[in-house]
Amino acid sequence: MSAVRLARACLAASRRPLPLARPLHTTAARSSDALFVHRDTPYNNPQIPFEFNAENLKRAQEIISHYPTQYKKAATIPLLDLGQRQNKGWTSISVMNYVAKLLDIPPMRVYEVATFYTMFNREPIGQHFVQVCTTTPCMLRGSTEILNTVCSHLGGIHPGDTTKDGKFTVVEVECQGACSNAPMFVVGDDFYEDLTPESSKKILDAFASGKKPKPGPQSGRQTSENSAGLTALTSKPPGPGEFCAEEFR
Amino acid sequence: MLPVRRAFSTSARRALATVQDAPPVRHYGGLKDQDRIFTNLYCRHDHGIKGAQARGDWHKTKEILLKGDNWIIQTMKDSGLRGRGGAGFPSGLKWSFMNKPGWENDKRPRYLVVNADEGEPGTCKDREIMRGDPHKLVEGCLVAGRAMNATAAYIYIRGEFYQEAAHVEQAIQEAYKAGLLGKNACGSGYAFDVYVHRGAGAYICGEETALIESLEGKQGKPRLKPPFPADVGLFGCPSTVANVETVAVAPTICRRGSAWFAGFGRERNQGTKLYCVSGHVNNPAVVEEEMSIPLRELLEKHCGGIRGGWDNLLGIIPGGSSVPVLPIKACGEVLMDYDSLKDAGSGLGTGAVIVMDKSTDIVAAIARLSHFYKHESCGQCTPCREGTTWLMRTMDRLVVGRAHHREIDMLLELTKQIEGRTICALGDAAAWPVQGLMRHFRPEVEARIDKFRAEHGPVLFGGQLKSEVDFSLAVPDNLGGSLVDAPKQTRV
Repeated sequence: MSAVRLARACLAASRRPLPLARPLHTTAARSSDALFVHRDTPYNNPQIPFEFNAENLKRAQEIISHYPTQYKKAATIPLLDLGQRQNKGWTSISVMNYVAKLLDIPPMRVYEVATFYTMFNREPIGQHFVQVCTTTPCMLRGSTEILNTVCSHLGGIHPGDTTKDGKFTVVEVECQGACSNAPMFVVGDDFYEDLTPESSKKILDAFASGKKPKPGPQSGRQTSENSAGLTALTSKPPGPGEFCAEEFR
Repeated sequence: MLPVRRAFSTSARRALATVQDAPPVRHYGGLKDQDRIFTNLYCRHDHGIKGAQARGDWHKTKEILLKGDNWIIQTMKDSGLRGRGGAGFPSGLKWSFMNKPGWENDKRPRYLVVNADEGEPGTCKDREIMRGDPHKLVEGCLVAGRAMNATAAYIYIRGEFYQEAAHVEQAIQEAYKAGLLGKNACGSGYAFDVYVHRGAGAYICGEETALIESLEGKQGKPRLKPPFPADVGLFGCPSTVANVETVAVAPTICRRGSAWFAGFGRERNQGTKLYCVSGHVNNPAVVEEEMSIPLRELLEKHCGGIRGGWDNLLGIIPGGSSVPVLPIKACGEVLMDYDSLKDAGSGLGTGAVIVMDKSTDIVAAIARLSHFYKHESCGQCTPCREGTTWLMRTMDRLVVGRAHHREIDMLLELTKQIEGRTICALGDAAAWPVQGLMRHFRPEVEARIDKFRAEHGPVLFGGQLKSEVDFSLAVPDNLGGSLVDAPKQTRV
C-alpha cells in the first residue's frame, strides 16, 4: 500500500499552487502507449475489493506449486493473467494488490511487472479485445488496410479506443508470431489469420451479433501449409521405430 | 616428324597436367517426407498422445534415457545440431556446460528452460511445433533434461499463444498420466517434471537471461553475463535455455542416429530446419527442409515463387527481422544456412524468410521494424533505449525524405554506437536492419531526400524545413540550412 500512498502524496504536492509559475516553455503532453502511473479513479482504486473466486483460487494454488517454495514470486505473471481474466480483461490496482498479498511480496514488485508487460491492460477494455498486428510481415501483406477496415467498420474509432457500446476495443500490436498467415488479428485469445477486408468485417459482425466465428486461417487452408496444395508431408508419417537405428527399432 | 612422335609416345607419358575428378557438386534441398522430423506440422493428425505414439514419439525413450548423459551429449555433438533460436551455438557443447566436473556434489536443483517466446517478426515455426507436435517437445524436454541432469523443465510460452499453450499443457498431462514424466519417467528411474509458464507479451523475454528474469516473476530485463546461466541461472541454480526446435528434434536424432542427421546440409551446418516464409510470395508457408537449401529453390518449390516472378523481387530478409536485408543479386545464389548467409552479409537467425517484391516501400518496411524495436526495448541500457527511439524518428523522416543527405551517415554512426554497447543483442538487432537498408538501398533513400527537397526546399538537420524557421530569432547556426551537399563521389 505504501507505494499507492506515496503516489497520492506526490499528486497532492503537484496540485499545490506554484508561486509565479511563468509558462516560459510549454510542450504538449506526451502520451505513451499507456501511462506508467496510477491515478485513483471511481472505477479503479484500491478500495474496490477483488478476490479470486473458488475455482481460480484452486488454480492459483496449483500454479504456485510449480515453483520452488521460496520463489513464490515466480507466479506473479500467471496470477496477474488469471486475475485479469476474472476482472473482465483488465488488471485493476486491486487485482495487483491482491496478487501481491497472495504471494507475500511488496505490491511495488507486482506494479513493476504489470506495467512492463503489454498484455496487462491497466484500463478497462471492451467485451471483445481486437488486436491487429501491423509489424513488417503483416504490413507487407496489407495489415494497414485491415487496421483501417476494422477501425472504420467499428464506427470510425482509432487504435486504442473502445466503441461506444463497449463491445470492441481495437489496438495495434507488434508481431504475434503468425507471419506465414499474415495479415492477422487476435480477438480475445483466438487468432484470425489470412484476413481480407471482407473477412475481417464478417468476423467483427459475427462477434457483434454474439456469435463466435471459427478461429484460424479464413482463406480455407488449415494451418500454415502451402495454400496451393501440400509440398511436404504428403505421405503417411513413419510409425514407431521406423527408419530408426538398430537398437531403437 | 613421325618417328619423333612415336619415340615421344612410347618412352614416357607426360603426366604433368592431369586433371583429377572434382568431387561431385552436391545439391541440397529436396528433403523426403520420411526424413522430416515434424510429421504433424500442419495439424493434419491427432496431436494427443495416441497420435503422437503412432507417429513414433515416446518410442523406447527409456532406452535413450538409460544410455546416460554422456551418450546423449555425444550424439548431439556428432549430429552437428546448432541452436535453432538464432545464435546457432552448437547444442551438444552448450548442454555439456551443465555437467562440469564435480557437478554431482552441487546439491542445487538444475533446470532446463525451453524458450517458446517466439516473437521475432517473421518467425512462426515454434508455434507449429507446439500445436501439431507438442509431444515431441515434451519428450525433447525429458531427453535434453537427462543429458544435462536437470530436475525439471520450464517451457516459457509467449502469452499470445493460448491454443499452443493448451496443446502443450495437454501433452504434459497425458505424459504424466502415462508415466512418461514424473518420479520415474518412462520407468527409467529418473525423476523429471515439466511445467508450462505463459509470458505476457514482451519480445525481450526471448533473450535467455531476460527469459529467466521473467520466469522468476520480474520485469524481463536481461542480466549481465557472466555468471552464465549454466552456473547461476533460474532461481540461482544451474540452468540452460534452449529453443523449442532444438529441444524437440533431440529424441528423433537419438533414435535415428547422429549420422542420419549429420547427413543433411553442408559441413558445420548440418540437419533439417523449419523455414517460415512470409511476405510477397504466392503461397506463404512453414516447411521443414534440408539445411543449405538454396533460397531461391525454397521459395519456388514450397511457396509458389515470388509474386510476379523472380524478377519482381526487391529484397529478402532471410532470418527474421534482426538480420540485414539481402538484395536480389545475393538472393539468387545464397544457401539457407549459417555460413552462407553470414558470408552474404546477413544471417540465418531463426530461418524466417521475409520476402519483399518491387511494390514494397522498403524504407517504410525497415522503418516499421525500427518502430518494433523501439516498442520492445526494455529500457535498461541507455544506448538501446535512446538509440531505438532515435532510429525510429530518423527512419520515419527518411520514409518521406524529410532529411539531410548527411543524416544517413549520422544514422549509420548512431547504429554503430548502439551495436555492441548493450547487455543483450536487442541493440544489435535494432541496428542491423537499418545498416542493411543503407548498404543495399542507399540510392533509394537519397532519391527520396532529393525529391523532398526539390518539392519543399532545404531541410535542416532534425527535419524542420528551412522555410518554417524564423531566422530573426536566435537559431543555432549549425543546422545545415545552407549546406551544399558534397558532389557525389564517382567510383573509379
